[in-house]
Amino acid sequence: MTSADLVTSAPPRRQNSHSLTTRIVIYGLLALFAVVYLVPLVVMVMTSLKPLDEVTGGNMFALPQRLTFAPWADAWDQARIGVSETRGIHGYFLNSVKMVIPAVLISTLLGALNGYVLTKWRFKGHKLVFGMMLFACFIPFQSVIIPMAVILGALGRIGNDLYDLTGWSFGLGNATVNLVIVHVIYGLGFTTLFFRNYYETFPNELVKAAMIDGASFFQIFRRVLLPNSTPIFIVTVIYQFTNIWNDFLFGSTFAAGDTAPMTVALNNLVNTSTGVVEYNVNMAAAIIAAAPTLLVYVVAGRYFVRGLMAGAVKG
Amino acid sequence: MTTVTERQPVTALAERHTGPSLRGRFQDWLPRLVLAPSFVLVLVFVYGFNLWTFFLSFTSSKAFPTTNLIGFTNYLRLWNWTFETDPPSNWYTALVNMALFGGLYIFFCLFLGLLLAILLDQKIRGEGILRPIYLYPLALSFIVTGTAWKLFLDPRIGLEKAVHDWGWTSFHFDWVVNPDMMIYCVAIAGVWQTSGFVMAMFLAGLRGVDGEILKAAQIDGASTYQTYRRIVIPIMRPVFFSALIVLAHMAIKSYDLVLSVTGKNPGGAAELPSTFMYSYTFTRNQMAVGSTSAVIMLMTIAAIMVPYIYSETREKSR
Amino acid sequence: MATLEIADLRKRFGTIEVLKGIDITLEKGGFLVLVGPSGCGKSTLLNTIAGLEQISSGEIRIGGNVVNHLHPSKRDIAMVFQSYALYPNMSVAENIGFGMEMRGVAKAERENAIAAVAKTLQIEHLLKRRPSQLSGGQRQRVAMGRALVRRPSIFLFDEPLSNLDAKLRVDMRIEIKRLHQTTGSTIVYVTHDQIEAMTLATKIAVLKNGELQQVGSPSEIYNRPQNTFVADFMGSPAMNLLEGTVTQQGGAPRVVIARKEGEPIMLPVPASVDAGKLAEGAKVIFGIRPEAVNDSESIDRNARSVVKFDATVEIVEPAGADTFVVIHAAGKELTARMRADADVRRGQNHTFAFNLDKAVLFDPQTTARI
Repeated sequence: MTSADLVTSAPPRRQNSHSLTTRIVIYGLLALFAVVYLVPLVVMVMTSLKPLDEVTGGNMFALPQRLTFAPWADAWDQARIGVSETRGIHGYFLNSVKMVIPAVLISTLLGALNGYVLTKWRFKGHKLVFGMMLFACFIPFQSVIIPMAVILGALGRIGNDLYDLTGWSFGLGNATVNLVIVHVIYGLGFTTLFFRNYYETFPNELVKAAMIDGASFFQIFRRVLLPNSTPIFIVTVIYQFTNIWNDFLFGSTFAAGDTAPMTVALNNLVNTSTGVVEYNVNMAAAIIAAAPTLLVYVVAGRYFVRGLMAGAVKG
Repeated sequence: MTTVTERQPVTALAERHTGPSLRGRFQDWLPRLVLAPSFVLVLVFVYGFNLWTFFLSFTSSKAFPTTNLIGFTNYLRLWNWTFETDPPSNWYTALVNMALFGGLYIFFCLFLGLLLAILLDQKIRGEGILRPIYLYPLALSFIVTGTAWKLFLDPRIGLEKAVHDWGWTSFHFDWVVNPDMMIYCVAIAGVWQTSGFVMAMFLAGLRGVDGEILKAAQIDGASTYQTYRRIVIPIMRPVFFSALIVLAHMAIKSYDLVLSVTGKNPGGAAELPSTFMYSYTFTRNQMAVGSTSAVIMLMTIAAIMVPYIYSETREKSR
Repeated sequence: MATLEIADLRKRFGTIEVLKGIDITLEKGGFLVLVGPSGCGKSTLLNTIAGLEQISSGEIRIGGNVVNHLHPSKRDIAMVFQSYALYPNMSVAENIGFGMEMRGVAKAERENAIAAVAKTLQIEHLLKRRPSQLSGGQRQRVAMGRALVRRPSIFLFDEPLSNLDAKLRVDMRIEIKRLHQTTGSTIVYVTHDQIEAMTLATKIAVLKNGELQQVGSPSEIYNRPQNTFVADFMGSPAMNLLEGTVTQQGGAPRVVIARKEGEPIMLPVPASVDAGKLAEGAKVIFGIRPEAVNDSESIDRNARSVVKFDATVEIVEPAGADTFVVIHAAGKELTARMRADADVRRGQNHTFAFNLDKAVLFDPQTTARI
C-alpha cells in the first residue's frame, strides 16, 4: 500500500472501545473542526447570493433573504477589474483555460518521458540529474522572475521582428504563450518526480521482454509504459492543473492587463479601492475562480491526495 | 535463465541488438537526447537564472539590469536594515514577520494536522466525509483563500459584526485592518489552507504503524494516551520532519496569500521577504536590492532542502 | 484446576461465525499448539484468549478466573508476535521493561528483572541497542524477554518463527522447547507448520474453518486422526487415503482396494476397528502413512499384521535420508517411504508391504474415523 492509499482507505484498527465521554469528545472536536473548515466557504457562497445591502447591513452568517444570482452575472461580465476596460471576469477565465491546458499537457508528457529515461535507461550520473531536477521544484520563484522577465521581453521583441518579417510572430511575445512556457519549465521538476517514482516500481521485465521483441525506445514507451500509466497520469494532471490554475506570482508578473489569468483578475477585482466594494460580486468571482479546481477535487479526490503525498513524502 | 548483470541489462541488450552502426549509436544516445531538453531547460531556467539573479545582486541595477558591479554593497545594505528597528526598515519588518508568520504557520499546521490525524485514527465513522472536508482548502488558490478570510475577518461585515449582532457588543476583532495584527490573519488563513495536508501526511504515518506494536502496547497495559505519547508519536518523527520541511518551504515562498489577505498592504506592515522582493524590484525600481533579497530567500530554502533531498535520494539508491 | 479453560467459545464477525464452539483445556506447564491452514481461526482464537478480540459467547478461564471481560493487560498473559512488535524508538532494555513501567513497578526492581531475563536469554550485550540494530533471531529473543519478564500464567505465541529463515527457525524452535522445559511455563502457540506443532506440543488442537477437528497429544493426532482432514494435514508427506469397499466374504472382514491394472489389494480390517459395524459393500477410506508402506524386508518386524502386494513403481524420489516411491492404487497415488538405498526402479514390479498396525479407516460420508 502506498502512503496515499493509507490515507484514503480506512482499515479497522484497534478493538479497544473508548468510553462514551471520550467518543463524544472525539466526535465533538472533529465536528467543530469540520465547521471551521467549511464556514469560510459557506459564508463566501452565501455572500455571493445576497444583494449588497444585505451584505453590508446584515450578519454574514445569515441566510440570504432575497436570494439573487445577480452578483454572479455581474462578476461574469460586468464587474470592473482594476483599470481595465474589459468588464467581467469571463475573459480572464478564458485566459486561464487557454494557458492551463497546454501547460498541463506538455509538462505532463515531458515528465513521463523523463521519468521513463531516468528509470529504464539508466546512465552514469542519473541520480545527480534527478537530484538537480528535484531541487528545481523547491526554488522560490522570486529568484528567477527577474531574468525570466528579461528573457520574455527579448522573446517579445524577436516576435515583433518576426511579425514584421513574415506576418506571424510564432507566438512569441504573446502573454498566454509566455505563461505556458514558464509553467512548463517550472513544472518539469514535479512531473518528472511523479513519473520517475512511479516508473521506478514498474517491472523491468516488461521492458526487457519488449526489447527482445525488437521494440524501439519510443515504441516501448508508447506500447508498454503509457498504457499502464493511467493512475499516475491522472495524479500528475490533477496536480499540475491545480498548481497552474491557482498560480498568481507568474501570472501577475508576466501577463498583466487583459491577458491576465483568473487569479490575477480576481486579486485586482477584490483589491480595487475605487468606489463601493461589492463584496457579493467579489465572492461570486472568487467562487468562479475556485470552481474548476474544486470540481476536480470533488470528482477525483483520491488522486489529488496521492499527488500531494508524492510531492512531499517520496513513496 | 540468468541475466548478465542487474546493473545495466537494458543497455547491454540494446548494444547487442543495434551494433556499431550510426543508427545503433543514435539509439544508444536517444534516451539521453530525450531527457536533455528538460535537463537543459532546468539547467538554464532554474540554475542559470538563479545565478543571474545572484549576479544581479552584486550590481547597481535600478529599473533595468546593468552590469555595473558594486560588490557586496546591496548585502551590506540589507544587513544594516536588519538592525534598523526604530523606525523599522521594510527589511526588518519583513524578517520579523517571516519569523512570526513562519513560526505560527508551521507550529499550528503541525499541531492541528497531528491532532486531526490522531482523532481520525480512532476508528470513527464518517471518516469518508470528514477527511475531504479538511483537505478541500488545498484545492483553492491562495488568492481565493485570502479573499474569503478577508471577508470573514472584516470587522464591518464579518466576524466582529456577526458577534455584535448576536449580542456581544464589546467584541473586538479588527485584526485584518490593523497593520500590526495583519500578519496574524495571514497566519490564520494559511493554517486553514494547509493543515489538511499535514493531517493527510500524519494519517498515513499513523496507519503505517505496525498493528502488532499496538497490540503489544495493549498487553503491556499502556493506555491510549500513553501509547500515543511513548510509542506512536516517536515513531512518527520522520513524518514530522517531512512536514516541517514542506511547511517551511511554503512559508518562505508565500506571496499570494499575503497579498490577498492584506490587500494594499498599508505601510508595508505585513511585509514579508517575498513581497519585499517584489515591491523593490518592480515598484521601487531597485532591482539589485530585490535580487539580493531573492538570493537570501533562495539560500534559506537551500539550507533546508538540500540536506533533505540528499538524504532522500541516497535512500532510494538501494 | 487447569491453567486455561475454554468453554464453547464462539466468535462472530457480523453474521459470519469464525469460531464455532471451541472447547479446550490446558493444564499447568502444558504446551498447546493451535494448528491449521490459513484462515482456520487459530490466530483469532489466540487473540480472544489474549483479550485483543472480544468473544460473542462462551467462557475463557485463566487460573480458574473468568477473563472474558478483562483488559489484556489484566489477564496475566504475555504475547510474542510474528513480527516481534518491538517498540522501535526504545532500547532493548526499555522494550523489556515497558510493561512493568506501565504497571508502576519501581525502577530498581525493573532493572533487576530486566537483567535476570537478559541473562537467561543471553542478550545482556544487546540491552542498550535499538531493535533496528538487531538481527531477526536477536529480535525474537528480545520479544521473548519482554514476555518472560512478566511472569504470566500463560505465554501466547503467534507464529513467532514464520519470519525467520529455515535454519534459524530450527534453532529457535529448539530454544523455545528448551525454555519450556526449564521454566515449566504454560504456553499456547499458533502455527501453520505441522512440524513445529508435532515437535513442540504436549497437546495439539487442529482447527479448520473455525471448528475444532481434534484435540490430543501429538501421538494421538498422528496415529489416530479423528477425521480425514487431520490425517491429511498432519505429517509430511501426507497420509495415504485410498477408497475401498468392505467385504465380509471368505470369513474375516476385509477391505478391497481396486487397482487400475492387476489384482485388487485385499486387506484385513485393522484391529482397532469394530468390524461388526461395517456393512457388506460399505465404502470406506483406508488410511496408512508412507512410512508404514515399505519393502517386505524393511517393514517393522514387531508389526502384528502385515500384508504384501505387488505393484508397479511409477516415480522414485530419492530424498537423501529416505526414498519416496509412488505407486498407483485405487485411482490414487500411494506414497511409500523406503530406505535410502532401496533397490527400486521406475517401471519395476516390486513387492510392497503394509504395516496394518498403523492403518485407520474413515467413513467417506462423514470423514470421521471408524
